[in-house]
Amino acid sequence: MSHEAHHEMPFWQKYIFSQDHKVIGIQYGLTSLLFLFFGFFLILLMRWQLAYPGEALPLIGKWLGEANMPDGKMLPEFYNQLGAMHGTIMVFLGVVPLAVGAFGNYLVPLQIGAPDMAFPKLNMASYWAYFCGGVVMLASFFVPGGAASSGWTSYPPLANIATTGQTFWLLGMVLLITSSLLGSVNTITTIFQLRAEGLTFFRLPFFVWAQLVTAFLLLLAFPPLEAAGVMQLMDRLFQTSFFMPSGLMVGGEPLAISGGGSALLWQHLFWFLAHPEVYVLILPAMGIITEIIANNTRKPINGYNIMVYSIIFLGFMSFVVWAHHMFLTGMGTAISAFFQATTMIISIPSVIVLSFLFLTLWGGSIRYNTPMLFALAFLPMFGIGGLTGLPLGLAASDIPLHDTYYVIGHFHYIVAPGTIFALFAGIYYWFPKATGRKMSEFLGQLHFWPSLIFMNIIFMPMFIQGLAGVSRRLYDGGATYDFAHGVLHLNKLSTHGAWGLVIAQIPFIINFFWSMYKGKKVTSKNPWEATTLEWDAPNIPPHGNFEQPLKVYRGPYEYSVPGAKKDYSPQSSEHI
Amino acid sequence: MSTAEIPFTVESRKDTGLYNAKLGIWLFLASEMMLFGALFSSYILLRVGATNWPRGSSILSVPLGALNTTLLITSSLTIILSWAALRMKDFKKYKLYMGVTIILALVFLGIKAYEYGMKFEHHLYPSTSTFMAIYFTLTGLHALHIIGGIVVNAYFWGPGSRMWQTDPERFTNRIEIAGLYWHFVDLVWLFLFPVLYLL
Repeated sequence: MSHEAHHEMPFWQKYIFSQDHKVIGIQYGLTSLLFLFFGFFLILLMRWQLAYPGEALPLIGKWLGEANMPDGKMLPEFYNQLGAMHGTIMVFLGVVPLAVGAFGNYLVPLQIGAPDMAFPKLNMASYWAYFCGGVVMLASFFVPGGAASSGWTSYPPLANIATTGQTFWLLGMVLLITSSLLGSVNTITTIFQLRAEGLTFFRLPFFVWAQLVTAFLLLLAFPPLEAAGVMQLMDRLFQTSFFMPSGLMVGGEPLAISGGGSALLWQHLFWFLAHPEVYVLILPAMGIITEIIANNTRKPINGYNIMVYSIIFLGFMSFVVWAHHMFLTGMGTAISAFFQATTMIISIPSVIVLSFLFLTLWGGSIRYNTPMLFALAFLPMFGIGGLTGLPLGLAASDIPLHDTYYVIGHFHYIVAPGTIFALFAGIYYWFPKATGRKMSEFLGQLHFWPSLIFMNIIFMPMFIQGLAGVSRRLYDGGATYDFAHGVLHLNKLSTHGAWGLVIAQIPFIINFFWSMYKGKKVTSKNPWEATTLEWDAPNIPPHGNFEQPLKVYRGPYEYSVPGAKKDYSPQSSEHI
Repeated sequence: MSTAEIPFTVESRKDTGLYNAKLGIWLFLASEMMLFGALFSSYILLRVGATNWPRGSSILSVPLGALNTTLLITSSLTIILSWAALRMKDFKKYKLYMGVTIILALVFLGIKAYEYGMKFEHHLYPSTSTFMAIYFTLTGLHALHIIGGIVVNAYFWGPGSRMWQTDPERFTNRIEIAGLYWHFVDLVWLFLFPVLYLL
């Protein structure tokens, strides 16, 4: 193996079908950023319809096809497709691949001092399975009847009788699940097996811990959805009745099926994945934030050990809370009581992590650079998202709030100004390692401040609408319901906020590409004066990462050690 | 150091006591456990909620199922013997036992296909009833796993076995991994048989 690597590899092997974890990480990163922007575009179309129901969309409306938007006016069927695909693309093709595929792949081997992932070929296969899954999802827009339109949750019986797009959705999901299975096996093996000498588990950076717990969630929670997907495929292609109860009528006609299935079964299997998935969305974000906060407060993280125990506990608990998404399905008060108890318990570790991150700020000499601004904004934004989730976790208060805009506001606060801000923070923070150049601070601030403001303009009104009882599923934004009229003007506010958010991303796009070629070159391999191992690798780390094997002497966040010459003591240096 | 030599591909790491692929396959099997676990749970939920549920033995052929069970258990034994032969540096015996493992698996598939054919002949399809649906889904998914195992084992029996000359220790590890997977596939069948055929 070693003698081959000395040859210069052909382009396609070096950049396209690469087995280098850093190239794969960047492939994941670029692909998932494209999907994030595409998913964002889908919601912009929906927001137009919500703010201006039935009005023709100027300029681009007529380009979207007669079947979808005749004369630029959106059809309800198309609205449903956009809704289902926005959710699917943002979660499975955007945020998770960026947080786990890109950041996990790029940083985990570097932070543990390893030359690569444990299984480079599997790593490549994982990216290409993800890529194919994405292509299948996109292709589904062009099949008769359009893309999947039964929500990102694909509840049967509706999803079972939906058009061909739903079959594409299921096949796409099978590919994405395969990808995440390969990725998580790889990540866990890498962390257990390839840690540098002296890097014990409690010297691992919190980011690596977060990726480890995330990988376990992906490994164990996704297969039940795969099982459910197989059963839904059987229902759709071979007319079985796994999710079809007896006596089902569609359009006034009884369906010619054997019946005897259970629609609730799908919901159980789906949420058995999808609740751990929530923590898959948030844990890597917490990991990124922790690295950046420690670095920019020049302080050790308060309660590092307790944070680690918290997320391990959180990982376990995330498998026994799924049915709090199902309080309204009539599964019974005893089961509801169990799941609301576990839901209250699982909020504790998240609060612990967030509290310790806040406490870490105390007494620090904070550097307000762009990554730190995004990290600081993450804390209250995730806080709002988390706290507004508590009423949804209790059956009594969930009943009026279920399926309203309140729910949308709640989880978007966690994912959009929460996780996505953390991912932006990570891009700004590790950009110098990947490219050898820093991103522009001015454009970074121009990206951050408007994004923060517009995020809140978009999502804060949703709480008000939700508390007023506006359903999240309405094609006209609620215009047909009298009780909604008092809060309908907020639809326009949200939509205009979304336009503002588009404009706020322009500085980021310019910054990203401009800095890649013209950004300020960093002179040191440790420009942020950080302590963790990735900063021991040369900028744009070569194949194999490090010049010599590393040895680790201390914990991950030894900043401002009393008596030390510098205010940071890298894990790899023997003397402080 | 411009090369990416990944440590512990062959030898075990001291503190974990494992080589990379061994940890990898156990993780993969944990995930597989969740896949089949979800299907078995679905079976339970569907059966508990059903107004009537047929006895497996009234539809399926217990003797054929029992025969298939015996075949798979035997193949589990022969794949261990093939690994043990490699540990004792007896490549010829390895070829023999691995060959037998593959043949047993093929016979298993043949019998399974015959059973499927019988069902179709009696107009029993996945869409006939929830029992038939879960029967075809579970055994079909299991058969796919058997086919995957046959492909891998056949590769190690044929072209893949050249590694024995260049890197015998790594090749032995590969057979151990293939064996772990094969035992898992057997284990699933050991649950499938009583659940579908007997209960």
